Amino acid sequence: MSPAVTNTEANPVRHEDHQSVYDGLLVNDAHWAFGTDFEDPLAGVDTTIPEGLDPHDLALYCLMLGDDALVLSHRLSEWCSNAPDLEEDIALANIALDLLGQARLLLARAAAADPSVVPALPPGSPVPAEDAFAFFRSAGDFRNVRLVEAPNGDFAETITRLLLFSSHRLEIFRRLAQHPDAVLAAVAAKGVKELAYHRDFAARWFVTLAQGTDVSRQRTQAALARAWPLKDELTQGHDVEIRVGVDPATTQVDLTTVLTQVLSAAALDAPKAPVLAGVNGLVGRDGMHTEALSLLLAEMQVVAREHPMGTW
Amino acid sequence: MNTTERAREIAATVTDPELPMLTLEDLGVLRDVRTDASGRVIVAVTPTYSGCPAVATMRDDLVHRLQASGFPDVSVQLELSPAWTTDWITDRGRQALREHGISAPGPAPRGPLPVTMSPTRRQLSCPRCGSHDTTSISEFGSTACKALYRCQACLEPFEHLKEI
Repeated sequence: MSPAVTNTEANPVRHEDHQSVYDGLLVNDAHWAFGTDFEDPLAGVDTTIPEGLDPHDLALYCLMLGDDALVLSHRLSEWCSNAPDLEEDIALANIALDLLGQARLLLARAAAADPSVVPALPPGSPVPAEDAFAFFRSAGDFRNVRLVEAPNGDFAETITRLLLFSSHRLEIFRRLAQHPDAVLAAVAAKGVKELAYHRDFAARWFVTLAQGTDVSRQRTQAALARAWPLKDELTQGHDVEIRVGVDPATTQVDLTTVLTQVLSAAALDAPKAPVLAGVNGLVGRDGMHTEALSLLLAEMQVVAREHPMGTW
Repeated sequence: MNTTERAREIAATVTDPELPMLTLEDLGVLRDVRTDASGRVIVAVTPTYSGCPAVATMRDDLVHRLQASGFPDVSVQLELSPAWTTDWITDRGRQALREHGISAPGPAPRGPLPVTMSPTRRQLSCPRCGSHDTTSISEFGSTACKALYRCQACLEPFEHLKEI
């Protein structure tokens, strides 16, 4: 949109600024046809790495946090036009948008920290680094936890997962806001405010569903039983998280307090189900995923991979 | 008026693409306008939300407006810290919001964030009829920054800019 389109009393349109309303569209050069935006989300931000932080570790850590947000954002956006009512549809889309914003910043931060982790594309490729991460990596290169890749299931499952995820991420980001890397700290400080809204939204619905009808309670109970075995992967802590980020173990007490509060308001007990095992000890953070991620990526990436040089 | 002051004055007239009754300055998004030795104008903005899709438009609008006013070299930079808060919306901005039927935010929450399982309690007044008898419809509205409310007196729905 060009400035001439905005007409307010304080700021009347000056038509002489433009020959035609389409001029504004033609100002910038051709852009890659996919992705979220056409500008570095860290434009003008100082991305110098503080002393004592290993750039490769920092990049991997940003990928872990970024991939969690990207994959859950995609899952939540699958609800678009399918949610139980219009308000919840919009709420889920808004939460997806917040997470996508966090993902963009984190993936861009990963690329700036260690360009060698960005997937190699042919010379002359118009694809920015954040989009190269999103669209040109295969499942084995994604570092998200398996919790976020599971299919949405019903509304109760989506809410339950969002409750576990946002409660955990809020505790991580709260601590990450003091991280020595100024970019990571800024992303986290901003994210805390957004995640507080996500967690409240999920907690309210969780209690409403659990205390609603027999059917909604039964479904919420089933959703909790399904999500619970994947919860501990959030708090286990990969070596990289422990070395350069927030060790998730340090959030355990606060996370348990929050979840206990919500479960008690819902009058539901924490399931006793065992943790979902890894494959030879490898889990999502190591790039070991369930088949659900491959199917998700196939849909998310197909057009970009089909037209990697597409510009408009 | 020197060059920097003039550039600042022009940048301050650019409006938000999603809340066009607010200038970027009134929204608190415009953080700094300065010029360097070469005459380049450097504008610093702080995004409202991590995923705010309006940032690209804001940047383009700032560049176009300044270029049309005789500043050919403009660079828009992001300032991520401190994070944007609704507390930065000016009094003039709050007034403009109300005049356009949008309820202005209260003070942003500070300190620890306890989980709340009941609807957020806000003392709002309907921007149309002034009644305090309002009810929350949804914490998420047409954009990430707004919640949906309804006035119980005049029955009209209205938007509230969420405290963040």
